[in-house]
Amino acid sequence: MAILECKNLCLAYDGKMVLEGVNFSLQAGNYLCVVGENGSGKSTLIKGLLGLKAPDSGSILYGEGLKSTEIGYLPQQTQLQRDFPASVGEVVLSGCLNSLGGRLHYNAADKALARMNMERMGIEDLAKQSYQALSGGQQQRVLLARALCATKKMLLLDEPVTGLDPIATGEMYNLIKLVNLCDDITVIMVSHDIHEAVRYATHILHLGQRQLFFGTAAEYRESDLARRFLGGNRI
Amino acid sequence: MTEILHMLSYHFMQRALIVGVLVSLCAALLGVSLVLKRYSMIGDGLSHVGFGALAIASALHLAPLAVAVPVVVVTAVLLLRLSESSRVKGDAAIALISSSALAIGVISVSVTTGMNTEVSNYMFGSILSLSRSDAVLSVLLSVAVLVLFILFYPRLFAVTFDESFARATGTRAGSYNMLLAVLTAITVVLGMRMMGALLISSLIIFPALSAMRVCRSFRAVILCAAAISVLCFLIGAVASYFLETPTGASIVVANLLCFAGFSLAGMKN
Ligand SMILES: Nc1ncnc2c1ncn2[C@@H]1O[C@H](COP(=O)(O)OP(=O)(O)OP(=O)(O)O)[C@@H](O)[C@H]1O
Ligand SMILES: [Mg+2]
Repeated sequence: MAILECKNLCLAYDGKMVLEGVNFSLQAGNYLCVVGENGSGKSTLIKGLLGLKAPDSGSILYGEGLKSTEIGYLPQQTQLQRDFPASVGEVVLSGCLNSLGGRLHYNAADKALARMNMERMGIEDLAKQSYQALSGGQQQRVLLARALCATKKMLLLDEPVTGLDPIATGEMYNLIKLVNLCDDITVIMVSHDIHEAVRYATHILHLGQRQLFFGTAAEYRESDLARRFLGGNRI
Repeated sequence: MTEILHMLSYHFMQRALIVGVLVSLCAALLGVSLVLKRYSMIGDGLSHVGFGALAIASALHLAPLAVAVPVVVVTAVLLLRLSESSRVKGDAAIALISSSALAIGVISVSVTTGMNTEVSNYMFGSILSLSRSDAVLSVLLSVAVLVLFILFYPRLFAVTFDESFARATGTRAGSYNMLLAVLTAITVVLGMRMMGALLISSLIIFPALSAMRVCRSFRAVILCAAAISVLCFLIGAVASYFLETPTGASIVVANLLCFAGFSLAGMKN
């Protein structure tokens, strides 16, 4: 049984189709990398998968009892959040929102989870600091720690390494792979870094206003599409 | 000191101070969320709609609150819907609605009663115009706002900071937005009787902006804005009593001075 299945999915803004004919399915524990040029509909697909955007036609099916409260999400960062008065601790803790259930406030377990994820991201020293005073890369780590707090079964990441230095980028990929393998979390990541994508992911989805390719990373490596997209260099 | 006690011995002053403190508190709390969600203009738009509604109520000899509260609540819900849909520019829509409502209000005033004190009170506010029903409504409102901010604080933070994350992880962000809009609408109607339609939006925006100059965490901003708002109200109200200046304007000036002070303090840090 697939954990996620898209059937002939079409997504549109105000009647203008931006993504059509998306057909793929994922098993629990898969690591999917979504690639494509700017404006090819990657973020739009993520929004569709999260239920932030209703499909124009087609369907998205979640299997294995996956609920929206079990999904962690790292958005492509907006200007809105950058100058928000909040401490790093507050932002990370807000990732535990979906485990509140009927409770009104966070408990000790939530706070411990937030602390653990801050340590994972190497930002535990920043907990009391102001979010808006951080550098772009540091803010990205904070949002990732928040996403990890929310993740129970699936993690959706929209360009998680934007603004990170090369060392942090490598650590980030390793960390995501670790979460994927050890915690058996299904990962869906949007990335422009195609070389890293085929190295870490189990599956690749290539978009360009429609689905250009879906298959395993090994199949993708052999495809003509990958060769063209990579500018002739074999990986 | 004895003069302040003398002031407090008036029954209408006691009522005005209670309503004022409660409404200032609500306005500041809601204001933090509105400013951070880039909805600051909604307060301004609603106040003009409130003026239109009050003017028509007065022309038809209806109870002012019974007309204004539903009209403004419905407008708030509409504005929220507008700003959520990507097709219409939210700020332009607000400007359109607010000036239309003001125009309708002014016309209905001029063809019926003319510019009497009641209407002028709606424009510039009067602390003496507050009635018993204002007092009852303001107590109910502040209970609702405090419940929202104390009990639902984690959810409110998440929805304010990043609505799509909150939605994506299974929070009904729409309900919280709706609740904010409705509470803001009631705050605006109550507040404009005291502050005037032209000045009420500053009660919502100023405390939040001042608090954000110096505070760096959400919790601190909320607490600080609430304290600033109540203090500035009391200073403005007392000053207006002794200097015989209009209440609403005095409160705004108190907020302005506070904002200037906090800005200076913020720059030093
Ligand atoms: N809110 C919106 N309203 C209308 N059209 C939009 C909106 N967001 C995106 N689009 C359009 O949808 C198309 C796909 O956008 P999307 O953000 O999904 O691209 P992307 O693949 O994530 O690009 P990038 O690599 O730049 O992040 C673009 O043509 C864009 O113009
Ligand atoms: Mg994108």
